Amino acid sequence: MNKETLFELPSPYRDPLNITGYRFGRGEKSVCIVGAMRGNEIQQLYICSQLVHTLERFEKRGLLVKGNEILVVPSVNHYSMNIGKRFWAMDNSDINRMYPGYDHGETTQRIAAGIFEKVQGYRYGIQFPSFYMRGDFIPHVRMMDTGFQSTSLANLFGLPYALIRKPRPYDTGTLNYNWQIWDTNAFSVYTKETDHIDEESARIAIVSVLRFLSRMGILKYHCHSGYIASIIQEDELRSVQSPCGGIFMRIKHPGDEVSYGDELAQIIHPLEGYVINRVYAPCDGIVFFSHSAPLINEQTTAFRIIRRLHG
Amino acid sequence: MIQEVVSVGLPVDERWKIIKNRFEPEEGAHSGMKRICVITGTHGDELEGQYVCYELARRINAHPELLHGIVDIYPALNPLGIDSITRSVPMFDLDMNRIFPGTNTGATTEYVAAQIMQDMASADMTIDIHASNIFLRETPQVRVNELSADVLLPYAKLLNTDFVWVHSSATVLEATLAYSLNVTGVPCLVAEMGVGMRITKDYGIQLVDGIFRIMCEMGIWSGEAPAVREPIVSRDRHVSFINAEASGIFIPAIEHWTHVNEGDHIGDIVYPATGEILHNVKAEVSGRVFTLREYPVVYSGSLIARILDDEYEEDIENE
Repeated sequence: MNKETLFELPSPYRDPLNITGYRFGRGEKSVCIVGAMRGNEIQQLYICSQLVHTLERFEKRGLLVKGNEILVVPSVNHYSMNIGKRFWAMDNSDINRMYPGYDHGETTQRIAAGIFEKVQGYRYGIQFPSFYMRGDFIPHVRMMDTGFQSTSLANLFGLPYALIRKPRPYDTGTLNYNWQIWDTNAFSVYTKETDHIDEESARIAIVSVLRFLSRMGILKYHCHSGYIASIIQEDELRSVQSPCGGIFMRIKHPGDEVSYGDELAQIIHPLEGYVINRVYAPCDGIVFFSHSAPLINEQTTAFRIIRRLHG
Repeated sequence: MIQEVVSVGLPVDERWKIIKNRFEPEEGAHSGMKRICVITGTHGDELEGQYVCYELARRINAHPELLHGIVDIYPALNPLGIDSITRSVPMFDLDMNRIFPGTNTGATTEYVAAQIMQDMASADMTIDIHASNIFLRETPQVRVNELSADVLLPYAKLLNTDFVWVHSSATVLEATLAYSLNVTGVPCLVAEMGVGMRITKDYGIQLVDGIFRIMCEMGIWSGEAPAVREPIVSRDRHVSFINAEASGIFIPAIEHWTHVNEGDHIGDIVYPATGEILHNVKAEVSGRVFTLREYPVVYSGSLIARILDDEYEEDIENE
């Protein structure tokens, strides 16, 4: 394992921001793995740190297939993490909306450019992002529909679902999108948590990456073969909007099977304690995403459901 | 008349309401009457538009007999942000001006964006007023996407700004309110001026005069049409950016909207602890400084200034 500084940014008064990369093996640039790019992505940081720890042990045991190089970047924005902010500490901009970056541009464009220069050119790119809406997902692998994506590769993670997302304008600055545009097969692996560590879903994510590396001939690793993923289009998910604001009491969770009319959640009056509204399943299916915070606004997505198609 | 554009429930005993104030002629509105929307407050730290809204409403109230169309004033698209000194919508990750045209099946802010779009759908002209941010001071200017330039430039020149910047199309800008309105056939001008968290009264009066001039041209206002200044109209290639090449404290050496020559001293980035100059910032082209750093703390890459290249006149004549 070689530890190196991929990018350094001085600060007026803080220690410089050093973005560290860990390289394993030598040879073709096979896979690059990027973790936390936002200051609250603790789960993503934890997953990557465990991957570094695991790959270091595997390398010592000779389990890396010769001729492959793996680069892991566990944290890009610990400057914000260290002071409890999600986005760039100075101007609140999001590094994961700045790719491919611009080395003569603004600070976060320079950080993105500095990182992108080091993480591009790999055959496969894996990132652990968080979603712009706070909530829990079924662990899944996600690809952007850029026309360059290969859904059959997404299947090799052995996660139950692979989701294809049509990029919106704000997605075009993400690492995943730009990896794909620049000829890297890019995957985003979503787990249950962001601000806190959920060990069970972290372990699922770590094993899914090791399984993928093994199936691509990069790693000698034997594990349970996982799932044959269902490929789902994001716009096929059925959104269930919250009918009012209040205290959100979740009844169904990601992964739960639901039938039409099942009660998914209750919204409690925040001052008087009675149930103002109940959220019901609009179709048969499986809960893919659910709002998780204890408070909820009106007209926000409380659940997303994978609709079951009856034959 | 104050009207609700959209209202959604927040968790505890409060509603997020977006309002507009509708002004109609004394004789009442009728179909076919022209309608202009003046919009501000998408970013909660941009307050220059607050004075514009106030002054616009004040002048209309003073002479309602001169009004012959509909004027809708939207003073705060992001009221939660304005009332909490927050640029974005509190509790929502994305910039509100990157989610238009919105959707009814996403986060609350996306639903709100969709309702705003629907409310403005029948307007004949919209003006979206921004105020830079806390970091930069901007000369009053109109920004026009090159895709809409043919339609918008005649109006942009009437808005009484010093400068009209015709900028190239970028994918991320496709999610702005202005872009979304323009692609649906509702003309939208984006005005930028001043600095975040402050009100520059002179700029506000300047822009209000421009709005009345446009209202006169549209037949909405029959008062005397204010004289407006002839703006510099420029394309991207005439704009030079100066970014910090060191992290420290920026001390400007010039005033905003100053003409500089190539090599002139713009300011210094210093390290106060030692008295050292880390970056002697110089102009790379001759021209007018229309954007200047206002907030002193900078990182490597922070924008220090934008200069409108003197060469712009020659190129515009050739187009």
